[in-house]
Amino acid sequence: MTRLIRRPEFGAFAAFVLTYAFFAVVTSGAGFVSVNGTAGWLNLAAELGIVAIPVGMLMISGEFDLSIGSTVGAASMVVALGTSFFGLPIWPAIALALVLGALIGLVNGLAVVKTNLPSFIITLATNFVVLGATMGFSRLIANVTSSSIVQSESARAVFAARWGQANVSILWWLGFALVCGWLLGKTTFGNWIYATGGNLTAARGAGVPVERVKVILFVLTGFAAAFVGVLQGVQWNSGNSTYGMGYVFQAPIVAVIGGVLLGGGYGSVVGIVLGTAIFGVISTGIFYTGWSTDWVNLFLGVLLAAAVLANNYVRRMALAAR
Amino acid sequence: MDAAPILELRDVTKAFAGTTALHGVSIRVEPGRIVCLLGDNGAGKSTLIKVLSGYHQPTSGQILLDGREIRFAGPRDARKRGIATVHQDVGSIPLMSVGRNFFLGAELTKGVRPFHHLDTRNANRIAIEQMQRFGITRITDGDQLVGTMSGGERQVLAISRAMYFGARVLILDEPTSALGVKEASYVLRMVSQARAEGVGIVFITHNASHAMAVGDRFTVLIQGRVAAEFARGEKAREEVINLMAGGEKIAELEEELAIE
Repeated sequence: MTRLIRRPEFGAFAAFVLTYAFFAVVTSGAGFVSVNGTAGWLNLAAELGIVAIPVGMLMISGEFDLSIGSTVGAASMVVALGTSFFGLPIWPAIALALVLGALIGLVNGLAVVKTNLPSFIITLATNFVVLGATMGFSRLIANVTSSSIVQSESARAVFAARWGQANVSILWWLGFALVCGWLLGKTTFGNWIYATGGNLTAARGAGVPVERVKVILFVLTGFAAAFVGVLQGVQWNSGNSTYGMGYVFQAPIVAVIGGVLLGGGYGSVVGIVLGTAIFGVISTGIFYTGWSTDWVNLFLGVLLAAAVLANNYVRRMALAAR
Repeated sequence: MDAAPILELRDVTKAFAGTTALHGVSIRVEPGRIVCLLGDNGAGKSTLIKVLSGYHQPTSGQILLDGREIRFAGPRDARKRGIATVHQDVGSIPLMSVGRNFFLGAELTKGVRPFHHLDTRNANRIAIEQMQRFGITRITDGDQLVGTMSGGERQVLAISRAMYFGARVLILDEPTSALGVKEASYVLRMVSQARAEGVGIVFITHNASHAMAVGDRFTVLIQGRVAAEFARGEKAREEVINLMAGGEKIAELEEELAIE
């Protein structure tokens, strides 16, 4: 039992059960727990979840990435302008968008490890640079800041398929979670992520290539953000520079709610997934209550504060001498 | 009288922008011997450790491994060649388990690439066995977080880990200074045991008593220079303490305080 409590995702699991139960009871009969209601909150969680997982892993390694927001928008615009303005087939345009995301991550990563400045500031800067560049160049090239996407059957099948109310993005989220969960929890690379965030000097001393670990995680984060941009672009049939701006803080928030320590070194993919699920449940659950959606942020804020306190407590418990 | 040194520094100087941290330092690390490196804060001990363990390249002078000159590409390279460094407080990662800490940087994996993954069960088992070999019996669960262990236990974890990975030279950076008397004597006993197994040990400390308890040879550093070198039994403890503090100054201080 104490073993269970010591796991980083324990708090998130308890919080998930509580929030879900709360909304299930408050909205009883309104359809929140129905198949469609479930698909609703899963859809909402899925896209945030895909980018929150690498963001959380980056936080475990001791770094932040706030540039994800504009990367989502930039990727969607690359696909949109690529297909509608330059007449590219959609798949090469998608490949281009994903490469761009990885490149933004690479630049972030190199800037962070070369300058040793806080990644919070560096990626905050990148976020504005990428947003501004996306809008500026789109305006320059096509005189728009959003544009429609020329679709293909195959792209829709991969990125926008739907079963009833459920989007294929839920499967992608699951896929990202499985791969990243394995990576973080079971592999040498995952061990290095924990070590890098847990004690940078010790990790370096043990021969862990801490710089490489961070750069790879930044690249993974940029890639995931671009992936979400493609997903949203294809789903909504258009690209827009401002897609994804909400994720800038939502992603780190759900990671912390999921038990990731702000200072790094502790957390799990299962926790991040649960944190994202809580976000989905709250955002969608509010709709079913019939209350104003203005309350979503209040809920999130309170939950975040509670999570930080709980994480701190769990950490102390985990380190308590036996 | 002595065996051929495993690791040797010859006339090593290390300069950083503007300051010279080491001036022509020579030191020999022999198998089954403990060489104690004594010095006050800022004497250049940490720079010397970093040169020995591959963090820094010397500005001038030679590093010899088994009598042949060598340049370490980095700490990983040095470690691969059997030179292990155990730091006072930064050697372990509190929020990671005993097993994960033990194999950090040299992870035990199973399965075929690219699906190979950590072999947690064996890592935990070996880590516990190795610590027990050096007398730690309180820790029995490899999943236990290192942050829950005492300072002495963490030192033993770090040293047994280095030994397990075939260290021929152990560089121990202030292994006892953050510990209570009982825990310190425990670590000192382990250091002697490592010596008995034929490892060459560099024992860095500013605690003269701990050094005198286990050391075979002693090198005193003052402001980046070797101020004195002597063998076990050649000098008394007070003499060594005076040397470390810069000789006469302590005597002066004692006089001054006595007057008041």
